[in-house]
Amino acid sequence: MDKATLIDTTARADEHGIDARAVNSKESRALYKKREQIYPKLAQGYFRNLKWAAMIVLLGIYYITPWLRWDRGEGRVDQAVLVDFEGRRFYFFFIELWPQEVYYITGLLILASFAIFLSSALFGRVWCGYACPQTVWTDLYIYVERAIEGDRNARMRLDKAPMSLSKATKKISKHAVWIVIAAATGGAWVFYFDDAPTLFRNIFTGQADPLVYLFIGLLTFTTYALAGTMREQVCTYMCPWPRIQAAMIDKDALSVAYRVDRGEPRGAHKKGDSWEGRGDCIDCRQCVAVCPQGIDIRDGDQLECINCALCIDACDEIMEKVGRPKGLIAYDSYANADRRKAGKQARYRLIRPRTILYGTLMALVAAFMIYGLATRQTLDLNVIRDRSPPFVRLADGSIRNDYALKLINMTDRPRQVRIAIDGLQGTRLQAPTLSANGDIIVQANADSVTNVRIHVVAPANVGAGSHDLRFTIHDTETGDVATSASAFLAGGPP
Amino acid sequence: MTERERDSVSGTETTGHEWDGVKELDTPLPRWWLYIFYACILAAVIYWVLMPAWPIGNGYTKGVLGFSDRNNVAADVGALRSARAPMFERLADASTVEIAADPELQQFARAAGESVFGDYCRTCHGAGGAGAPGYPVLADDVWIWGGSLAEIEHTLRVGIRADHPETRMSMMPAFGRDGLLTPQQIGDVTEYAISISAAGARLDPNRAAAARGAVLYQEQCAACHGATGAGDRNFGAPSLNDDLWLYGGSREEIRRQIELGRGGVMPAWEARFDPGTLRALAYYVHEMGGGEPDAPPPAATPAAVPEPTQNGPPSAPLR
Repeated sequence: MDKATLIDTTARADEHGIDARAVNSKESRALYKKREQIYPKLAQGYFRNLKWAAMIVLLGIYYITPWLRWDRGEGRVDQAVLVDFEGRRFYFFFIELWPQEVYYITGLLILASFAIFLSSALFGRVWCGYACPQTVWTDLYIYVERAIEGDRNARMRLDKAPMSLSKATKKISKHAVWIVIAAATGGAWVFYFDDAPTLFRNIFTGQADPLVYLFIGLLTFTTYALAGTMREQVCTYMCPWPRIQAAMIDKDALSVAYRVDRGEPRGAHKKGDSWEGRGDCIDCRQCVAVCPQGIDIRDGDQLECINCALCIDACDEIMEKVGRPKGLIAYDSYANADRRKAGKQARYRLIRPRTILYGTLMALVAAFMIYGLATRQTLDLNVIRDRSPPFVRLADGSIRNDYALKLINMTDRPRQVRIAIDGLQGTRLQAPTLSANGDIIVQANADSVTNVRIHVVAPANVGAGSHDLRFTIHDTETGDVATSASAFLAGGPP
Repeated sequence: MTERERDSVSGTETTGHEWDGVKELDTPLPRWWLYIFYACILAAVIYWVLMPAWPIGNGYTKGVLGFSDRNNVAADVGALRSARAPMFERLADASTVEIAADPELQQFARAAGESVFGDYCRTCHGAGGAGAPGYPVLADDVWIWGGSLAEIEHTLRVGIRADHPETRMSMMPAFGRDGLLTPQQIGDVTEYAISISAAGARLDPNRAAAARGAVLYQEQCAACHGATGAGDRNFGAPSLNDDLWLYGGSREEIRRQIELGRGGVMPAWEARFDPGTLRALAYYVHEMGGGEPDAPPPAATPAAVPEPTQNGPPSAPLR
């Protein structure tokens, strides 16, 4: 027990007799130290409610998305969001992407990078505190833990207590619920890769692919291990972002901070005592008790802090009770801390060159992607010239080259396309498997790649060497055009 | 044994060695690592019992599960063969037009043909039927024995100068080696052959020699190659009018062929492949670029295509 028990205030500290030691505080951080269990207390307030809302929305998106339906016509899975590895397609509502179009995913990742840069420049580690899966699932797991074992003090007592039937029951039921949540997490993940209702049935009847069970098992294990047993260690030791974020924030970026100028000198405060000559911090350690990372925010900004803002709620509650203004712990910037020290008014600068740059880049990338999607070609052509033989000399002296054409039709209906070449005088086309000569019209099958072999015959006087040749396909109905450059080779006399 | 030094910070023993004041901690292996290590040893022992493991002389311990990769492969090959059998049966009865009209059958014929061609034909005829001196180009439109699907398939079946009773047989005399013509006469025939071929445009034949050669040609060559040099597929005599030469198109190479009368051998594949595989191979070669339309209906030329089943029971080759 430390000084927390000595506090005599309206704070509930001594009612519960909490041992509010920050297990990961700066002074107790040691390289050889074993992990100490953290027992976050339930915070109540604006930011806690915000976090509940974020958790519900994000988990809702994760679990519900695969079940959204989208009519894709005959023979295809009617799933709004589907990564179809077997059919090599990615579906996102009205968007359908083929493997060669993964650059849209690249664009999405660039967009996500700028979004996290921007959010960091504005509000510090807001991603870590509210939206990161590690945070969301840890929050959910702590909620379960709290519901079964009680709040901080009850949990601490339970862990210290000798094994009993009630303790065993609580522990077993906690881990059982955790495993169910973990399995549901892994279970939802696989629905993104196959028709959800069918797969759901197959999973329970044992008919799903072994790979499905493997991935469910893998994600069950990682969810259980990361959110249940590792928690803050993931953020502190495994995640690279705390190391990178220093480059993303500047002195105007907001982050959760203890206002040293207002709080110090800290100390216990008896009801009725004067607030003159002392700080507002009554050292009740509520900020420490609610911290899921086990740190003391009053040590200043630190790598372990995920900016979840729960200490703000805890502190505000106490400030209200002792009759001091809220915001002793609040979102603040380094610049403001300096300004206050210098006796100046705090100033919030959300719009500054860095945020304008990030915002502009995001808008640019988004505009680029929307333009790309809006003008996306649904007809494409790849031409592969046969390399053996490089050319064929025919009986009448003319030279023939052979080509494999891949007609890529990305629509859900078959199309008739006319194949034409230009770039070489006097040549004629032959399609060996088609009866038509001259004008070659073939069907490009729906939503697939159609292979056509084309022979190009040039007169004997075409000349040795490589000649440029361009293939074009025209959709006879819509007029869509796709072209592909190739070459025509000819040799000297036999 | 003396007490080893303990590091004051970590409480771990040191190895006792010191390098420039730096001492190494003798940190024990992590428990989880050690247990996995023991589990691996145990798993290895279990594996020895269950699976083939230890070599003994010429054999090995078989393991109680009876696992054998060799048997698995044989079973897989058998399963694949029986799964493909219906397609090969359909293929054996299909004409080019029928194959082309059925995308599934066509794709199967192409894939099977390409695979067999790669294994058995490419060595001589080259990838894609590119050919080589002495080995005909299959991608062009010149056929010594005929380029319809049935004719190609028949050539595949019986071979050329092979050990099949019905093999395609032609024999160009070695006019020089066997002393049938004098070197002077061979030179004259060479000039004439050049003059009646498309090569005349680039090789500039000697007119006087060609005129002398024309007489010799009508005596010695016209019986097979035809009066005008158009060739005759019934005898496997190539056309001399085009500018495509099996043994090379220079003046020296043409002369050399008249001197030596070379002719290659293609094996008869009938005993190696079932009718479906032969049809797939023929279709693949036919599609290389120079394939000719099917012969008129059987009524006109009943004996053109030998019935596959009349040539003895088809063997069961690997494919």
